Amino acid sequence: MKSWQAGLASTLLGLAIWKAVVVIGDLPKFILPSPGLVAETLWKSRALIADNALVTSSEVLVGLFLGAVLGGLSAIGLAASPMARALVRPMLVFSQAVPVFALAPILTLWLGYGLWSKVAMALIIIYFPVTSSFFDALMRTNKDWLGLARVMGATPFRVMWHIRIPSALPGFASGLRLAAVYAPIGAIIGEWVGASKGLGYLMLLANGRAKIDLMFAALIVLAVLTLCLHAAVDLFCRRVLDRPS
Amino acid sequence: MSEAPALYLSGSASFEDTPVFTGLDLKVAAGRWTCLLGSSGVGKSTILKLFAGLADQVDFTGQLGAEGMDLDGSVALMAQDDLLMPWLTALENVLLGARLRGDKPDTARALDVLERVGLSEKSGQKPAELSGGQRQRVALARTLMEDRPIVLLDEPFSALDAKTRAQMQDLACELLAGRTVLLVTHDPAEAARLGHQIVLMTENTTQDIPPPQSDAPRSATDPDVLRTQGDMLALLCADTPIE
Repeated sequence: MKSWQAGLASTLLGLAIWKAVVVIGDLPKFILPSPGLVAETLWKSRALIADNALVTSSEVLVGLFLGAVLGGLSAIGLAASPMARALVRPMLVFSQAVPVFALAPILTLWLGYGLWSKVAMALIIIYFPVTSSFFDALMRTNKDWLGLARVMGATPFRVMWHIRIPSALPGFASGLRLAAVYAPIGAIIGEWVGASKGLGYLMLLANGRAKIDLMFAALIVLAVLTLCLHAAVDLFCRRVLDRPS
Repeated sequence: MSEAPALYLSGSASFEDTPVFTGLDLKVAAGRWTCLLGSSGVGKSTILKLFAGLADQVDFTGQLGAEGMDLDGSVALMAQDDLLMPWLTALENVLLGARLRGDKPDTARALDVLERVGLSEKSGQKPAELSGGQRQRVALARTLMEDRPIVLLDEPFSALDAKTRAQMQDLACELLAGRTVLLVTHDPAEAARLGHQIVLMTENTTQDIPPPQSDAPRSATDPDVLRTQGDMLALLCADTPIE
């Protein structure tokens, strides 16, 4: 079986189980709507869902971009300077001990109900995995390459630019792949806490009005968008970052 | 390239309080090939690291240097691993030193050097597309490109198959002529083929072995080479009792 066939078969199996649970359990549509009803709602409310999906997508993309840039620069800074490592790494670890959910209300308070509180949330959630996987890769540069560079009379900056960063790009790529899956979580949490648009907002709204079919429709769109983002990031990583190591 | 200097090292070295060698006295002739032969773990590579300025964790007491020259900036290094950057082409790898120093890359000379090692056709290829022998030739080209009077070779041919190894030995011998070369090896045949001066290093002592009379690179079938090789193997075996 080819991978797309396996994917299709798995999707159909999932839908069949879903439908079976609805039929056998005789569940009302405000508890678990059937796949058919969700599909119908998805089609009927396509304009509404697309409108909100666009908002969430832009939050996720801006957050992912900024998180990748900031995480990448932080990793380089940490790898370049023992002083920075001593000062900043404990802070980074501490920041991971703070539940990100708890930060959402504060970010909404500081940055408002618009795009930036969600961008900040997505950024915070992906910053650590990006920084940490890139940093680890930067610290694992082949010692003999570094020795060779020293004998050649290289400056630390040039060693970083010409040897350490290129050799650590696959590590950066694995951080980005994680980030592509985490960033939507951040944006949705942000929308739950305070927003007037976005898929997370729409899901909350639909839930409040017992429109569970709409909630599921939004959820499915969110999942598909996340998969697409992951696939795009993965493609980018394979084409650009994962050079032979 | 400036005139190739003689090298000297006398003293003791230890690593984390464990002695690597004690009371060593080594002189490396100017502009010649000196082969430092010994079994694994006798501190041969430490000696190279000391000359290369890479022995950060080694505690060395004594004197070492080049006659009338600062070691810093006079040394090129070639190791068993080709140490090519996998994301750079052969040509870019040859130009690595210039990139790392911020010098203007001399592409014409790099292409010329690649031609001398017989790889002008492969200049645009990445290391993964080259054979082990070709990668080691790129490493040799990179070493030549550095154009340093002192060249330190750390078993650069030991991972190659017999035929490629013999070809690389001939090529390196020809292209590095006139420089002060210190070759660390555990292969008596290699030392007998290439050394103008051969130093056999054992756990406790070093001893100079008279090299065969003919010019290096010597034929592997030369009786003189074979005898020297056999003598050295016997000395190595005598030193290391089988446990």
